[in-house]
Amino acid sequence: MRSVLRAWPPLALGVLGLVAWELVVRLAGVPAFLLPAPSAIGAAIGQQFGVLLSTSAVTGGNALVGLLAGFGLGVLLALLAAWSRLLRELTTPVVLAASAVPIVALAPVFTTMFGSTTELPRRLVVTIVVLVPVFVSTARGLRQVLPVHDELMTALAASPWQHARFVRLPGAVPHIVTGLRLAAPAAVIAAIVAEYFGGLQNGLGSRVSSAAANTAYARAWAFVAASIVLGLLFHLAGSLTERLVTRGRT
Amino acid sequence: MTGTADGAGDETADGAADATAAVRLVGLDKAFGSVRALTGIDLTVAGGEFVSLIGPSGCGKSTLLRVVADLEQPTAGTVEVSGKTARRARLDQDYGIAFQQAGLLEWRTVAENVELPLQVHGVGKAERRQRAGELLELVGLADFAGSRPGQLSGGMQQRVAIARALAPSPQLLLMDEPFGALDEMTRERMQAELLRIAGETGAAVLFVTHSIPEAAVLSDRVVVMSARPGRITDVIDGCRPRGTRAPLGHGVDGAELAGDALSDRVDDVRESTAFFAAITAVREALRKGHG
Amino acid sequence: MGGRWRSALMTAAGFVLLVLLWELAKLVLPDAGVSVGDTRVLPRTDDAAMPHVWTVLAQLGRPEVAVPGARLVGVAVAAAALFTLGLALGGLVLGAVLGMVLALVMLRFELVERAALPYVVLSQTVPLIAIAPLVAGWGGKIAILGWSWQPWASVMVISSYLAFFPVAVGMLRGLSSPIRADVELFRAMAAGWWTTLLRLRLPASVPHLLPALRLATAAAVVGAIVAEISTGTRGGIGRLIIEYAQSATGDPSRMYAAILGAAVLGLVAAGAVGLLDVGLRRYRGSVR
Repeated sequence: MRSVLRAWPPLALGVLGLVAWELVVRLAGVPAFLLPAPSAIGAAIGQQFGVLLSTSAVTGGNALVGLLAGFGLGVLLALLAAWSRLLRELTTPVVLAASAVPIVALAPVFTTMFGSTTELPRRLVVTIVVLVPVFVSTARGLRQVLPVHDELMTALAASPWQHARFVRLPGAVPHIVTGLRLAAPAAVIAAIVAEYFGGLQNGLGSRVSSAAANTAYARAWAFVAASIVLGLLFHLAGSLTERLVTRGRT
Repeated sequence: MTGTADGAGDETADGAADATAAVRLVGLDKAFGSVRALTGIDLTVAGGEFVSLIGPSGCGKSTLLRVVADLEQPTAGTVEVSGKTARRARLDQDYGIAFQQAGLLEWRTVAENVELPLQVHGVGKAERRQRAGELLELVGLADFAGSRPGQLSGGMQQRVAIARALAPSPQLLLMDEPFGALDEMTRERMQAELLRIAGETGAAVLFVTHSIPEAAVLSDRVVVMSARPGRITDVIDGCRPRGTRAPLGHGVDGAELAGDALSDRVDDVRESTAFFAAITAVREALRKGHG
Repeated sequence: MGGRWRSALMTAAGFVLLVLLWELAKLVLPDAGVSVGDTRVLPRTDDAAMPHVWTVLAQLGRPEVAVPGARLVGVAVAAAALFTLGLALGGLVLGAVLGMVLALVMLRFELVERAALPYVVLSQTVPLIAIAPLVAGWGGKIAILGWSWQPWASVMVISSYLAFFPVAVGMLRGLSSPIRADVELFRAMAAGWWTTLLRLRLPASVPHLLPALRLATAAAVVGAIVAEISTGTRGGIGRLIIEYAQSATGDPSRMYAAILGAAVLGLVAAGAVGLLDVGLRRYRGSVR
C-alpha cells in the first residue's frame, strides 16, 4: 500500500507526459524530425523488434566485456596504488586527468590500432571509461580505514598482508561495488557513443545515426528507446550487485 | 598467574618493583615536536593490579597508554612490559587492548571479531572457535556469536571488544576510555563486569578514564596526571572490591555466581564512605595539579 | 612546500611514463600487431597506427595544407578546441541554471520532487546521448521567432541536456543537506522560507554542488564533442578528429594532434570549474 502511494506521482507524471506528448504532436502537427508521436515510436518498436534485440545484444556485449575488463583493471590498479606510494603518486594524477578528458575521443585511435572490423576498439574505450570511476572509488575505500582499526592491527602485530586482508580489503568492498554501480551505466553510454566515431555499424548508436540520416525518425527513436532500456538494465544490475554485497552491513 | 592480595592496594604498589611487574616505566619522556606530552614518568603496575590514569585533556594519559602498547615511541626513558621491551611484548601479544570506540570489523560476525587476534597469530580454526565461545560466555554474549556488530548496542559492542582484547589470554589489559561513549547505567554495569573479568583472568589493567567515580570504584590505585607538561602529580588508593575468585573455565554457573556477588559488592562500594573519600582525594589532587 | 614540489614532479613523471610506455610498445611489438585467429590482440604499432609522440607534437607546427600561407595544424586544433569549449561551457551554464531552478522547484513543492526526481535520477543512468543524431536533424529546418536554428545550437542543447541532470540532483541533495537542528534553529528565529534558503540551504549546498558541476562539465564536454560528430557541425574539435581520421591524404598523426586538443579542452574545462571551487572555498567545509 505504501509503495503504491510512493509510486503514484512518478507514474502519473510518466503517463501524463506520454499523453501530452502524443496530443501535442498530433494537434500541433509537430514534424516527425523534431519529435515523432509515442504511438509512432511504439509501432516502430513493434516492427523492428528482432533488429532491436540483435543490435542491443551487440552494444550490450561490448558494454559488458568492457565493464568487466575495466572493473578488474581498476581494482587491480587501485590495489597496486595503495600498496606502493611511488605507484600511487604516478598513477593518481593520470587517472584524475583521464576523468576530465573525453575518453570516447580515443575511439578512432583504437580503431586505427586494432582495425575497424572488430569489436575490440569499442570495448577498449568502454574499459578505460569504466576504469576511471572504479579506480577512484576503490582507492578511496582502501584509504578510508578507521584509525581505530589501524591501531588495532598494529597492536595485534599484524603483518602488512594481514592488515590488507583483514581490514583494508573488506573495508573497501562497499566502495568497490559503488564504483561498479557508477560504472555500469557509463559502460553502456560509452559503448553507444564510441559507435558514433566509426568502426562496425552493427550497434544501437550506429542504428540511431543511420535511421536519422534516412529520415526514419520513428525508427531512430525506437533505437533510442532500446538504448534507454539497455542503460536501465545495466543500472539495475549494478545497483542489485551493490545491494547484495553490502547487505548486512551498517 | 600470581594471586593478588585482597583489598590493600598500597601493598601491591610497594611490592611492585619485582620482575613480575606487568608494566614498569622509568624516567619516561615523550615529546611531539616542541610539545612535552609526558615528562619524567615513573610508574609500576604489579601483576593483577588495576591502575587508572586520570587527568584533564592533554595531560598525556592516552599517550602514556599508547607508549606502553608500543603504538608510540618514547623520546627517553625505559618501558618494560612483562619484563620485555614494549615492542617485544606487542609482538608476543602479552597485552590486550580496547579503545574508546569498540572498533569491531562490521563485516565479521561477533565470534569472528573475537577470533581476530588468534587468526592473526595463526591459531587453528577449531581452537579459535572454542576460545571465542569461552570468551563470549565470559562477557555474557554467547547468544550473539553469529550476530553482526551492527545489530548490537554500544555496550554489547564494547563487551565484544573486551572479549577480543582477552583472546590471547594476556596478563595485561590496556583500556583507553572504553566506557567513555556509554550511558551512565550501561557504564556502571560494565564496570562491575570488567572487575569480574579482571578478577577471573588475574590480568593487570591499565585504564584511562575521564570519570572520577569510575577510577575510584575500579582501581587499586588512581594515578592523577596534569597537563603542560604531562606528568604524574599524585597517586591515590582506590577502593576496588574483590569477589571470590572463580578460576576461568570452572563452569558457567560458578562464574556467574561469583559475578553476581561481586556486582553486589560494587554497589556496596559505591555507597561506602571509603568511596566518597577516594573521590574527594582524587578531585583535590586534580585541582592541585591544575593550580 | 616540499610536498607540493614532489606531487608536481610525480604528476609530470606519471605522464612521462605514459609516453615511455607508448614508445616502448612501438619499439617492442611487431608493426602489424599480434593476432589470435581473426582478432588482433596486440595493436599495430607502425607509424600510421601509433606515430611517435614527437611526430604528433611536430605535426602541430606544420601547415594544414600544402599551400603557402595555410594555417598551422596547431592553430586549427586550438581554434577548434576553443570553439567546442565555448559550446560546452555555454551548454554547461544553460544546463546548470535550469538544473538549479528545477532543484529549487523540487525543494519548494514536495509533489514535484516525488514525481520528477525518479526520472531525473534515472536519466543520469540512461544513454540520453543517443538522441544526439536526432537533435542534429533540427539544423536548418526550424525557426524560432524568425531565428533559424543553427547546427551549433543543437550542439549546445545536447551539451546542456547532459549537464542539466547531475546539477539538478546534486543541488537538491545539497539544499536538503542541512541537519534538522539547523533547520529548527532557523524556524525558532522565525526565519521565512527565503531567508532559510539564502542563509542556510544555499551555503550548505555548495559542497554537493561542486562535485555535481565537475561531473556536469565532463558530461558537457563529451556531449559537445559527440554532438558535433553526429550533427556534422564544422569548426569544433570533434568534427576535426573525424576529418583528420578520414582524410586519406593527411598524416595519421594529425588525428592524434586533434585528440590531444580534445584532452586539453577537457582539462581546461575542468580547470575552469576548479577555479569556482577555489572561489567558494569558504563554504566547502559545511558538509556534515
